[in-house]
Amino acid sequence: MSILVNKDTKVIVQGFTGKEGTFHASQCIDYGTKIVGGVTPGKGGQEHLGRPVFNTVAEAVETTGATVSMIFVPPAFVADAVMEAAEAGIELAVIITEGAPVRDMMYAKMYATKKGMSTIGPNCPGIITAEECKIGIMPGMIFKKGNVGLISKSGTLTYEASHQVVQEGFGITTAVGIGGDPIIGLSYKQLLPMFEADPETEAIVMIGEIGGDLEIQAAAYIKENISKPVVAFIAGQTAPKGKRMGHAGAIISGGSGTAAEKMAALEAAGVKVVVSPAEIGKAVKEVLSK
Amino acid sequence: MNIHEYQAKEIFRKYNVPVPQGRVAFTVDEAVEAAKELGGKLWVVKAQIHAGGRGLGGGVKLAKSIDEVREWADKILGMTLVTHQTGPEGKVVHKVYIEEGADIAKEYYLGMLLDRAAEMPVMMASTEGGMEIEKVAAETPEKIVKVNIDPTIGFQGFHGRKLAFGLGLPKEEVGTFIKFASALYNAYMDNDAEMVEINPLIKTGDGKFLALDAKMGFDDNALYRHPDISEMRDLEEEEPTELEAKAHGLSYIKLDGNVGCMVNGAGLAMATMDIIKHEGGEPANFLDVGGGANPETVAKGFEIILKDPNVKAIFVNIFGGIVRCDRVANGILEATKITDVTVPVIVRLDGTNAEEAAEILRNANIENIIAAENLSDGARKAVAAAKGEL
Repeated sequence: MSILVNKDTKVIVQGFTGKEGTFHASQCIDYGTKIVGGVTPGKGGQEHLGRPVFNTVAEAVETTGATVSMIFVPPAFVADAVMEAAEAGIELAVIITEGAPVRDMMYAKMYATKKGMSTIGPNCPGIITAEECKIGIMPGMIFKKGNVGLISKSGTLTYEASHQVVQEGFGITTAVGIGGDPIIGLSYKQLLPMFEADPETEAIVMIGEIGGDLEIQAAAYIKENISKPVVAFIAGQTAPKGKRMGHAGAIISGGSGTAAEKMAALEAAGVKVVVSPAEIGKAVKEVLSK
Repeated sequence: MNIHEYQAKEIFRKYNVPVPQGRVAFTVDEAVEAAKELGGKLWVVKAQIHAGGRGLGGGVKLAKSIDEVREWADKILGMTLVTHQTGPEGKVVHKVYIEEGADIAKEYYLGMLLDRAAEMPVMMASTEGGMEIEKVAAETPEKIVKVNIDPTIGFQGFHGRKLAFGLGLPKEEVGTFIKFASALYNAYMDNDAEMVEINPLIKTGDGKFLALDAKMGFDDNALYRHPDISEMRDLEEEEPTELEAKAHGLSYIKLDGNVGCMVNGAGLAMATMDIIKHEGGEPANFLDVGGGANPETVAKGFEIILKDPNVKAIFVNIFGGIVRCDRVANGILEATKITDVTVPVIVRLDGTNAEEAAEILRNANIENIIAAENLSDGARKAVAAAKGEL
């Protein structure tokens, strides 16, 4: 078991024939992901990586039965691509592109919600169900199959966390990189209940960072609804106020969104919060051996 | 990206957000000329820097004659203005804004930004004009009225009424206020602003609303579609090293410690700063070299970190994924040939092909390149090296 995606999930790629799209789609195919086609307007009818190319998402969905789209289009076209996917009946759009304007994502997410489509990202590594399905840009071999669910705002910290979990002798069910932009798709609060319901997941790791209050919302949710052990790390404990730390959303504004307040809220909700990023794996081992 | 008050007011004028008449001046003579053009008997000379608290720092002065305009412009231009937002080193003033004096009957606050939880903009108003809004929010939150504006319906009368009545405005002023707030909403949305702040928004003796101050910031990711706003960028207001890093695709922020950090990925870069602190050291910077970590970017990273004379050791923390660690290790060795690295460099490479990478670093046998076994070992060694204890 896993959440959201598995070995049977049919995936199309928007921005299929571009440099990034091509490279990562072929990596996903090698991993075993069922990439059933792609969309590049104007290249419909061609074949790419041994899969059909379509002009529109609607045609791609109709022909292939895909339910998930992995989006690699340039930032200026992300909102358009997301809304096209929603219109075409895609159930989940995984938006890898970095640098999409906030206003665009605001409209795109509203429309996606209206159409019943979930989104992950933008500016994220994607989602991976270990040894089954990789939809994104993460290095697949780091994610060994196991019993830990992972939700993270950061790419390389996701890899770091998974690596530590594997080194402790455990593995991952599904890992979701939710991205660090001011407006993102699925977040802790929506993903936590999926891991709670997944029989294979026995513990959950959540990696947060400064800015916004998603981790605080997660803490309130965990306290009331999550029975499985949760381990958390919040990056940016030493970040100065008012400075954007790489991710567009990683900023302490007006004194709120600090690591300290998030760590305190999570701790109060019974989460095992680690201060050092090197302790994530050990903490997982600790909560799983209880 | 942030802009100056005078630039924000230019945008306000374009959107019919009422502002007092004013002119920007780069020299004392220009300031005098601007005051003469504006006419009247009262002027305000305002330092233009990207920071709040200018008045308290002595950067905003009232002039009752042209001679006083000359006097204040002369004092303010070239001064180093220190406010609670500039840091102790302050900022040098390169331009002043000369504005007609206003008849202030009452001061308010009006601002707008993205409400991340609601995923739509929020407009906020307060009767506590002139005070820092964060302070008002912390001490007397009941004095702030907020309204979320769903961009699919845009600014409606009810949004404006909620704010106006919340401020306790008499009913004959509500219409004027709504017109003002609606114009401000358009200025914010059309330009992909990430924040706009009018503090104070004033009501004049004859019942008009005027933006006495103006602050705007914009979404960097949307600047490509606003060439007019991009042109307003004032490079003098930005940290030169951060700009240089950006030009090379690196994300760098200087901090006060002595352990330099070079990391791939923003989250891991923050986490690296945190672990340095956790191990008893102080990070000198945030630096994300991006996913690639090729020799050129790593070399540039070393160069940028070493511009800070406080740096006594560098912790390179790379998690190799699709970019394999052995390639990164070679990149680091290459980089030390491009840039002369004089301090100890502690290298932690983990992920794909980590063992091959360690082998490469060992075989290179360079005295000041020290391989770390894991994340905490690397942090510990870097902190020790910075203290001269390695």
